Amino acid sequence: MEYSYAFLILLLPFLSFLLIGLAGMKMKKPVAGLIGTLVIGSVFAMSVFTAYEYFFAVGRDAATGLYPTVTVFNLTWLKFTELLTFNIGFRLTPISVMMLIVITTVSFMVHIYSFGYMAERDENYKKEEYEPGFQRFYAYLSLFTMSMLGLVVATNIFQMYLFWELVGVCSYLLIGFYYPKHAAVHASKKAFIVTRFADLFFLIGILFYSFYVGTFNYDLSATPELQSNLAGAAWVLPMALFLMFIGGAGKSAMFPLHIWLPDAMEGPTPVSALIHAATMVVAGVYQVASLFPIWVEYAPNQLHWVAYIAAFTAFYAAAVACCQSDIKRGLAFSTISQIAYMLVALGVCTAMEGEGGVGYMASMFHLFTHAMFKALLFLCSGAIIVIIGSNFKEYMGGLHKYMPITNICFLIGTIAISGFFPLAGFFSKDEIVDACFHFSPFMGYFMTLVSGMTAFYMFRLYYVIFWGNSYYEADPEHRRKPAEVPFVMWGPLVFLAVVSCFAGWIPFGHFVSADGHAEDIALQSLHFGPTAWMSLCVAFVGFGLATWMYAKGTNPLPDMLQRRMPRLHKAALNRFYIDDAWQFFTHKIVFGLFSKPIAWFDRRVIDGTFNFMAWGAQEAGETIRPWQSGDVRSYAVWFLTGTVALTLILLAIAL
Amino acid sequence: MNIPVECYLVLSSLLFFIGVFGFVTRRNLIAMLISIELVLNAADLNFAVFNRVLFPGQLEGFFFTLFSMGVAAAETAVAIAIIINVYRNFHSDQVNSIKNMKL
Amino acid sequence: MANIIMFCILAVVILGSAVMCVTTKRIMRAATFLLFVLFGIAGIYFLLDYTFLGAAQISVYAGGITMLYIFAIQLVSKRTLQGLVERLKGSRVVVGALATLAGLVTVVAVLLKNQFINAALGTSDTEVPMEQIGKALVGSGKYEYVLPFEFISLFLLACIVGGIMMARKEEEK
Repeated sequence: MEYSYAFLILLLPFLSFLLIGLAGMKMKKPVAGLIGTLVIGSVFAMSVFTAYEYFFAVGRDAATGLYPTVTVFNLTWLKFTELLTFNIGFRLTPISVMMLIVITTVSFMVHIYSFGYMAERDENYKKEEYEPGFQRFYAYLSLFTMSMLGLVVATNIFQMYLFWELVGVCSYLLIGFYYPKHAAVHASKKAFIVTRFADLFFLIGILFYSFYVGTFNYDLSATPELQSNLAGAAWVLPMALFLMFIGGAGKSAMFPLHIWLPDAMEGPTPVSALIHAATMVVAGVYQVASLFPIWVEYAPNQLHWVAYIAAFTAFYAAAVACCQSDIKRGLAFSTISQIAYMLVALGVCTAMEGEGGVGYMASMFHLFTHAMFKALLFLCSGAIIVIIGSNFKEYMGGLHKYMPITNICFLIGTIAISGFFPLAGFFSKDEIVDACFHFSPFMGYFMTLVSGMTAFYMFRLYYVIFWGNSYYEADPEHRRKPAEVPFVMWGPLVFLAVVSCFAGWIPFGHFVSADGHAEDIALQSLHFGPTAWMSLCVAFVGFGLATWMYAKGTNPLPDMLQRRMPRLHKAALNRFYIDDAWQFFTHKIVFGLFSKPIAWFDRRVIDGTFNFMAWGAQEAGETIRPWQSGDVRSYAVWFLTGTVALTLILLAIAL
Repeated sequence: MNIPVECYLVLSSLLFFIGVFGFVTRRNLIAMLISIELVLNAADLNFAVFNRVLFPGQLEGFFFTLFSMGVAAAETAVAIAIIINVYRNFHSDQVNSIKNMKL
Repeated sequence: MANIIMFCILAVVILGSAVMCVTTKRIMRAATFLLFVLFGIAGIYFLLDYTFLGAAQISVYAGGITMLYIFAIQLVSKRTLQGLVERLKGSRVVVGALATLAGLVTVVAVLLKNQFINAALGTSDTEVPMEQIGKALVGSGKYEYVLPFEFISLFLLACIVGGIMMARKEEEK
């Protein structure tokens, strides 16, 4: 049977996790890392092979002209009813194969890169020793890769949910990797609680869906028995789907559940690249895409709500990204904004076929390209952080002289994300903008504006890191001279940069599209429509603005703007107080109105009852215990008293 | 003139309770044993009196008293052996000191 | 009349000695008072014309058991010889006295109230002949007690062996 090796794709990372996790402390650090890397490398090879088999060797089904959905295996774990079973399986669809490639590529690159990143360096940036917890780091990476792969190949929503929670746990563990740091611990808790809170809605959605429709499957048309259920369940489907989307919004950091992602940057940078830029955070997009046929058929209006929420998020995150001074947080907001793009693209779809379904393809395309160039950007920022030792732009500037490779790679990533021809972002993003214009002109213009902002904040970031005033040159005597990172770090950067350059030319529509039929991307044959010209112009404006304001580092405009609009700047710096709003909501409203009374009830009434029982038993014991004193004489007294009492009772009865 | 049987009985019950009082109040093991002897004697006396007064033709009470003397002798021998052992182990013949023998 | 006077004297001796026995603080005196009580009980047996029983009481109890006590007391504590002073706890005495008093009142009330005492036959003033006792003691028929007799002798033997086993000094390890 084809793909019979597929179970290894899940099993190998899991075994590597077990091996490194259990025996890692006994191994030398590089050995543990090497095991993890080799395993991921083989999984990467298998994924590429699978993709080749799926798209080219086997190809489209002759009868339908579609790429078939292949279920490699599907084991029943729990059987609720004949139809409603909880399966663990392995399913290949165009998007899951695409995700396999994305996850394993980025994960493999991150595994290699981490050899350089997770090391302690001396004055001259020579590696001295791998960081403590190196094995643990690789164990978590393996576990995460396994969970994420399990999520994308899930045959049903419940399996997806299972792995969904697993990636959440991995994210928690990896954000809190530097657990002696308070900020890391808080960030990991925040990420876990926020996503878990959102996952609650996901679970409720799944329960609604499975209860009324009677299946966990994505594919409703496969089982004809469901049709009768569907007629009765049509009213509940929009709600169920939207609840599931809230879970996805939590993972994909949509407004207002985005608050955990910027804080998650406390984790090691490779983790940010893998989990918080390329893979886990697009789980929400992938979830909506997996359920896309159901959305379009049963909940088209709710799908548009998704688009509106995502559009607002895209704008909001772009605005905040414009004035972050922590480069990783800047990238994090950029990630939020780009994921929002993908969700907008899904949300503006109105049909499976034709122009209404362009957004689906655009979204997946953007997911693919974004994973590559955002991972690239994060890994670049990691390289900078290794050299600079800080996340803040104030310590950078003028690095282009000292870190030429990183400079080029970051520049490629920046151009790609900003949507300049001919790099990856241009094609995918313009497809999205195109889809938005099909939906409504307002949405189109809005997203074009946001893409201009993207260009602005990304180039701003680029300039403040690599150009402008150099922190080192201001005081070369006392400051370390920056230098280029070792090959083990710039190798993955170059690889991803090359991918980012050419990913845009992949004829993506031929592999993934809403209705499954091949679709051409007009831009790739250089047919630029007005929207493409317009977004190019807007991106150029953003680029120009950023160049004017930040390239030299001498332009007074940024400071002047900051002084002119202190409130706006402060608000943007504080992410428009959304975190504070949540803080208020949880502390004052949830804790104050619900948790405290419940806690009081728990402590006083429930605990009180049990404490009373325990206390009563103890007191009774304490009272009775002296009776069993071992003192014969007191026994004699009691015996005598009892006898006398018994006699008196008998006498009383006799009388 | 015969002695009313109540006199014997009251005498024996007084003796019995004096013994009980001694058992309850004394702390010395040997003193407690002596108190038990009083109690036993009171019981013996009752046997003899009931036999003599109620069933003069028979000898059950008589023999019971006789045998109880033997049993009392045996009990005393064993009890004193135990007390001597306790004394050896605890260097005290006070009943409080053997409270620790309880489980 | 002489019987009653005898009984009164004996009762006074018995009760007085018993009270002294349980209240004296010196253990040697308690043993001595016990001896008096035993003699008094023997006297009561004589009064009941159970002369054999009285003789057995004197020889076994007063002669044997009391000796055991005295030896034990001398073995147990040297201080005992000089007169061990025992402190009685007040509260325990009160509790003991109350319980004892309650018991006494109950028992005496039951005894006095009971009707069967009135049905008591008058005692014949004749002594039980020794021959009858001897036959009953070693006879094997109905109302004859050879079996308990032998049992008691074995029992005593076992107890003596056990007593020696327990009381003998263990070898130093």
